[in-house]
Amino acid sequence: MKAFTALLARDLKLAVRVGGGALMGAVFFLIVIVMTPFAVGPNLKLLALIGPAILWLGGELATLLALDRLFAADHEDGSLDLIRTGAVPLEVAILAKAVAHWLTTCLPLVVISPLLGLMLNVEPRALGWVALTLLAGTPALTFIGLVGAALAVALRRGGLLLAILVLPLTIPVLIFGVSAANAAITGPAPFGPPFTILCALSLASVVLGPVAAAAALRYAME
Amino acid sequence: MRLRAENLACSRGGREIFAGLSFSVEGGEALVVSGRNGAGKSSLLRTIAGLLRPTAGTVALEGGTPEASLAEQTHFVGHHDAIKPALSVHENLTFWAQYLGTGGDVTAALDAVELAPLSTLPAAYLSAGQRRRLSLARLVAVKRPLWLLDEPTTALDNVAQQRLSGLMQAHLRAGGLIIAAAHGPIGLERPRELRLGAT
Repeated sequence: MKAFTALLARDLKLAVRVGGGALMGAVFFLIVIVMTPFAVGPNLKLLALIGPAILWLGGELATLLALDRLFAADHEDGSLDLIRTGAVPLEVAILAKAVAHWLTTCLPLVVISPLLGLMLNVEPRALGWVALTLLAGTPALTFIGLVGAALAVALRRGGLLLAILVLPLTIPVLIFGVSAANAAITGPAPFGPPFTILCALSLASVVLGPVAAAAALRYAME
Repeated sequence: MRLRAENLACSRGGREIFAGLSFSVEGGEALVVSGRNGAGKSSLLRTIAGLLRPTAGTVALEGGTPEASLAEQTHFVGHHDAIKPALSVHENLTFWAQYLGTGGDVTAALDAVELAPLSTLPAAYLSAGQRRRLSLARLVAVKRPLWLLDEPTTALDNVAQQRLSGLMQAHLRAGGLIIAAAHGPIGLERPRELRLGAT
């Protein structure tokens, strides 16, 4: 447990220090959302219609942004070798890194999403619900992305490969995330079913992601 | 305590680096692995640390903690120093002490490698030799029986090399094991030698 918290605390600290990736995702998210109304034009109805989809797409791409350094940085400076000689299984160490990634990259997205939803003409009463779908869905994005990050660890420019590997796998998360958000805004479909499936996707990836990522990492580092 | 390797073989990128390697190291004993560049010194150390899977053979520590794996009883000091430039010297070592062990005495370990005055400095400003010393401070901060050192004297000045030599002697006197890859003498008294790629 001590090793888990030590690694979590270190990754959080690194993310907020010089050169860390915290808030990078949030700023990217902000830029995508702010640019959208300019690209779409002053059609408020259309904006409200595509708002949840843009929020989710922006969130997904922003999550991906910091993922490619998740293991690569530790691989390059030899930390990953030592992490593997620790007293905890590699799966647990990976879980700690993933939690740190979610806290520094995804949680800020969730927090600012109501504000950005306003810019996309999302109904004020639905802003909280849209943020809730992001809160429930982003763990799935982090933990599915984890596997891609582990596979791409030894590659110099793994970012592109990561996107190609990971994004298709996150399509179910996107579908149920957007449909839950749409249900909250416009209805008439109920919010419950897509939201529950979204939660299930997140829970399943939290369990399976670290195991798959550990296997991928062991293979990639041979 | 004894480290026993039997019939060990390793290949990298489809090329066999060494095969049929058998040796044992007793507690209190040091083994220096030598050989030309590319002879497989680093690969051997990584195999023992469990970072590479051997293509054949086994390696095990007899008489260690039975429930701990070999990797958990091993200190691995490789070519990379595993130091984060954004963290201070003290924070770097504290993290590894907590992650690899149960905390340890970080200040004493920094003292042992003469880095105590720099403990609040961000590690980005350390010289190559100082980075190496910080990396070696892990050996002191967390007690583990087997030390795997890959060219540990790289970038170290004379004083620091003597310090390292003192640390290694103390570790051996306490019954520890050392396996080091080196090209020249690293300050061990009468180490056993294993020459790779002699054929």
